[in-house]
Amino acid sequence: MSVDQATVGKIAKLARIAMPDDDVAALVPELNNILAWVDQLAEVDVTGVEPMTAVIPNRMVLRADVVDADPLTGGNRRDDILANAPAAQHGFFGVPKVIE
Amino acid sequence: MTSLTELTVAQIRDGHRAGDFSAVEVAEAFNANVAGARALNAFIVETPEHALHAAEQADADRAAGTLKPLSAVPIGMKDLFATKGVQTTAASHILEGFVPPYESTVSQKLWDAGAGMLGKLNMDQFAMGSSNETSYFGNVLSPWRSNDGSNAALAPGGSSGGSASAVAARLCPAATGTDTGGSIRQPAAFTGISGIKPTYGRCSRWGIVAFASSLDQAGPMARDVRDCAILLGVMAGHDAKDATSLNLPVPDWEAALQADLRGKKVGIPREYRLDGMDAAIAAMWDKGAAMLTDAGAEIVDITLPHTKYALPAYYIIAPAEASSNLARYDGVRYGLRDLSDGAGLQDMYAATRAAGFGAEVKRRIMIGTYVLSAGFYDAYYTQAQKVRTLIARDFAHAFTQCDVILAPTAPSAAFALGERSADPLAMYLNDVFAVPASLAGLPAMSVPAALSADGLPLGLQIIGNMFDEQGVLNAGLALEQRAGFTARAEKWW
Repeated sequence: MSVDQATVGKIAKLARIAMPDDDVAALVPELNNILAWVDQLAEVDVTGVEPMTAVIPNRMVLRADVVDADPLTGGNRRDDILANAPAAQHGFFGVPKVIE
Repeated sequence: MTSLTELTVAQIRDGHRAGDFSAVEVAEAFNANVAGARALNAFIVETPEHALHAAEQADADRAAGTLKPLSAVPIGMKDLFATKGVQTTAASHILEGFVPPYESTVSQKLWDAGAGMLGKLNMDQFAMGSSNETSYFGNVLSPWRSNDGSNAALAPGGSSGGSASAVAARLCPAATGTDTGGSIRQPAAFTGISGIKPTYGRCSRWGIVAFASSLDQAGPMARDVRDCAILLGVMAGHDAKDATSLNLPVPDWEAALQADLRGKKVGIPREYRLDGMDAAIAAMWDKGAAMLTDAGAEIVDITLPHTKYALPAYYIIAPAEASSNLARYDGVRYGLRDLSDGAGLQDMYAATRAAGFGAEVKRRIMIGTYVLSAGFYDAYYTQAQKVRTLIARDFAHAFTQCDVILAPTAPSAAFALGERSADPLAMYLNDVFAVPASLAGLPAMSVPAALSADGLPLGLQIIGNMFDEQGVLNAGLALEQRAGFTARAEKWW
């Protein structure tokens, strides 16, 4: 499969990366090169093969249903969480006005 | 007395315990080497005070009789590990200035064991790269120079290039690395040091900036196999904060190290012998098999039929996971924000990500977004995950016939910076021998084994069955003892 300029532009939009037309154009042959190479996977017979979901067999466990069970990742850490925000305001993450 | 910065982790630990030197002397010696090697650009942040503080504690602990496993040992920390109060960027612009309010599980274990931090090590941006040329903070230089008289700056490998360069140049006795598709093993091979990626799940991923979560594993990089065993023993262990963390006891790998391989079978995968393989690499591989035979092992021919599909499968799965993981960098919660006057929320996301991600990161996010998009998901992503199942089955079958697998780590010695950066595919091919074990979650290590015709290090890789780090380390030790690799980069920096 291959991509054209319109498709690459659409992918950039989906990926939320602003991209001038020149950059989109430059990516078209690069992505096509990579896609042509990964296309060889199509020749592998995968009849009856399940896609991998866990690389090493591991049993999932449930933790006890306790509030703030882990002091590091529990609640009441607002200031820590906001400390790196580019625009924290009044105890919230600040974002531009959204009008829909 | 040997210069303190020439000592291995084990020598520092044991010498400090015996009273041969103080931990503060060790920390000061390494701090000086770090400060004197800025030409290598191995560190993004230097933290001499952290190393000194841990050293003072180590000296106090010695006096009090409460020494810990890594007391007196200063290490370098790859900038992918969140370190409380110390900038953590994954070598990206989008995380520049990010100061974590928490510590990654693996780094916390190292500090709890008494280690000190010399600084945060440069790397490929978000661990995406094989040459350390994608860092926002500039290329890391290998301390090695080829003997062809060119004096060209060489790539230390990637993504853990700062770790590799720093250990090889004696800026730290050991460093942490992470390996998603060869990022510990390939740079270790390029710089003549050792490094091990354990079984997926051995080391907690909590607090490690995520690249491809089903592949990412932390591991140590050091000058020899024993040091890798020591460090890994501290870094590994169950962590309830990582759902994929293995709830298994951590063996005492160092204590059980032994190079007698009698009764062991070593598989040589025939598919790894590529057409046009570099003659020096092929010769080293043959010599490696002879060394393991000398250690008592029996060499067996094995087949891993889906090997050629590992790299293409990886370049679907890893970008797919990356595109999802890196969705979190949106200019809202941390890191960079690019907001022009009058811009809306969507504009801010797109502008922030355009300004904050480097070219290779964008390329992989784009590939990942495409292969996960409606209409293409099954053809690419599901197909790649099925191929991954087949690759894991190949290994499972091979391990019914052998105990460990021997292969080269990388298809060539280190190349010059800039030599391959124009062609993403050529760069990806560097990891052709490393990626299959990553896809199967298996432990694998690189040990320095020979020099190329140009006088550059070449590494041999040992791949083990799941949970068998001991088998990998023991075979690595057998190689190390016989290869007698003592070459080192001559100081020019």
